[in-house]
Amino acid sequence: MAIVKIKGLVKRYPMGGQKFTALDHIDLEFGKGEFCGFVGPSGSGKTTLLNVIGALDAPSEGSTVVLNEHVETLSQKKAAGLRNHHIGFIFQTYNLLPVYSVYENVEFPLLLLKIPKEDRKKKVLDALEWVGLMDKIKSKPAQLSGGQCQRVAVARAIVKRPELVLADEPTANLDSENSYNILEMMVKLNKELETTFIFATHDEKVMKYLRRKVHLVDGKVTKDEIIGKGAQ
Amino acid sequence: MIKFILKGLIRDRSRSLFPILMVSAGAFLTVFFYSFMQGVMDDLISSTAKFDTGHVKIMTQAYRELADQTPNDLSIIGSSVLLDWLRKNEKEMIWTPRIRFGGLLDVPDENGETKAQGLAFGLGIDLFNSDSPEKKLFNIEKSIVRGHYPDQKNEILISDELAKKMNIDIGGTVTLIGSTMYGAMAIHNFKVSGTVYFGMVALDRGTIIADIGDMQFALDMPEGASEIVGYSKDMLYDDKRMINVADGFNKRFTKTNDEFSPIMLTLGQQNGMDEYLMYAGSMGTIIVSIFVLVMSIVLWNSGLMNGLRRYGEIGVRLAIGEPKGNLYRWMILESSMIGIAGSVLGTLLGLGISFYFQYVGVDLSSIMPRSSMMLSNVMRAQVTPVSYIIGFFPGVFASVIGTMFAGIGIYKRQTAQLFKELET
Ligand SMILES: Nc1ncnc2c1ncn2[C@@H]1O[C@H](COP(=O)(O)OP(=O)(O)OP(=O)(O)O)[C@@H](O)[C@H]1O
Ligand SMILES: [Mg+2]
Repeated sequence: MAIVKIKGLVKRYPMGGQKFTALDHIDLEFGKGEFCGFVGPSGSGKTTLLNVIGALDAPSEGSTVVLNEHVETLSQKKAAGLRNHHIGFIFQTYNLLPVYSVYENVEFPLLLLKIPKEDRKKKVLDALEWVGLMDKIKSKPAQLSGGQCQRVAVARAIVKRPELVLADEPTANLDSENSYNILEMMVKLNKELETTFIFATHDEKVMKYLRRKVHLVDGKVTKDEIIGKGAQ
Repeated sequence: MIKFILKGLIRDRSRSLFPILMVSAGAFLTVFFYSFMQGVMDDLISSTAKFDTGHVKIMTQAYRELADQTPNDLSIIGSSVLLDWLRKNEKEMIWTPRIRFGGLLDVPDENGETKAQGLAFGLGIDLFNSDSPEKKLFNIEKSIVRGHYPDQKNEILISDELAKKMNIDIGGTVTLIGSTMYGAMAIHNFKVSGTVYFGMVALDRGTIIADIGDMQFALDMPEGASEIVGYSKDMLYDDKRMINVADGFNKRFTKTNDEFSPIMLTLGQQNGMDEYLMYAGSMGTIIVSIFVLVMSIVLWNSGLMNGLRRYGEIGVRLAIGEPKGNLYRWMILESSMIGIAGSVLGTLLGLGISFYFQYVGVDLSSIMPRSSMMLSNVMRAQVTPVSYIIGFFPGVFASVIGTMFAGIGIYKRQTAQLFKELET
């Protein structure tokens, strides 16, 4: 069953008087449990495509169905609901809320979902255990290393057990050891929880883990590469 | 959720401390300004009340028509009967009769020849009765520049300026030439026991204060009085209460067909004081509006800056799936918490200072040349029930309105746009 179904997707940005085409007639499908990514040079449209899938950006043309919702027609509120319930985001710059502790950062998505307190606690601790940060529960983001911050971000993305995790250059600010740690963790999550991961990256380390690489150049898919087993 | 907001507020000083200080400064100024202006207005009202209108004043209807000309032929004749009734039936009030008069003041030399002459305005008040309120009301003893308080019949006080102008010595004799109640010429000799400072140019130019008993004799109007003034015992003017007192009196004593029947008017009903009272009443609204406006602009600005600083947070929260409406409500909730905290703080501070100035006051006697009758030389604030809540209007309104404006910018922005701004 396809989790993401994209047909004839075009995204244009106004540029001066003209329009700039960032995504040019994309057709793609992603199934449940995939561990895949968009690769390509800078400016090729990786982030834009990820944002359209995440219902953060409205497409100009075509249909994009994410978890049975047509994102092109989704209201602002419905889009928020879709993200809230089903999609986890991981960013290059972690984007933790600086005034809140590790625990509270991970708890935040559950608060939005209005999950009762006891349940919340269990889920947060579960997620933090996953990423191996049980000893930093009370720390503030400023007291953590980059690798630890990104692990908090991963915990925040997966705490609500989303079907889909979208990760935009998650390793760009990390050294290789931390990058591998994070990637191993994601692979484990992907296997055990069947969470679908879609990356946008030009990091070789990430690419080694991908089981499917969608190559983008100038907003077009140039190659859709399935790799037998994903390197380990 | 509210707990979560509070945590964020408490931990992030730039999110809470600066705005709270801003708001409390505004609330403080509002409360203090309001209370102080209230005090000053009260002062002005009370000096008018003391010298002129009373809290209520009784005249004959005919006298009232021509009050400007001090027409003593139209005075109240049986003033002691009315006074007895008033003192018995309006126990919460202080009542005292007065005679207003005008005339020519003549200063004779040793030979009885005129040395100087001038027009004077005079007030006959109860100087000698031990239960007379006038001595305190007019702050007479403190206002004496030279000489002493009258202690004998036919002793008067005159304004110091007049005494100097006309070369009158303390203890000297002056002759008042006026007209009696029946239109005959009245000539009466007085002895100047002292001079006083009124603190108002018009009065200092030429005013006499005499005992009412002496004036009744001089103007041939025994038991007569131009007016009877009444004050509530706490000396605070309460328009509604005074209207009640006046209505009660008028129902009983005022007769439409008898222009010599007395009529009682409240301070608000005299000399355009109603406008003044209205102005005093709307002053709170004016002050609050100004502060709300100014503070909204300032807080809007700081809200915008704060919003910019928090684009990252806002973007990521939207990405996590928080609806924009929720975010907007969160911001408004945050700002109302700040508004309330700041208002409480500012109001407490404002009340503290206002109370200080209410009881201690700003003593201007070192600045003012001397004590006067008309102006109290201590400026005081006046804390009213409104002082307790007035600070909350600019405090809470301004921070919420400021945030609402600042928030609209964020609200209107495309989600992805915000999101990109945080990526850079
Ligand atoms: N809001 C925008 N307005 C105009 N053009 C935009 C906007 N956002 C992106 N673009 C353009 O769309 C193209 C694709 O951008 P995108 O961010 O998706 O690239 P990317 O593949 O993620 O690049 P990188 O690897 O550097 O992150 C770029 O040429 C960019 O300039
Ligand atoms: Mg990108």
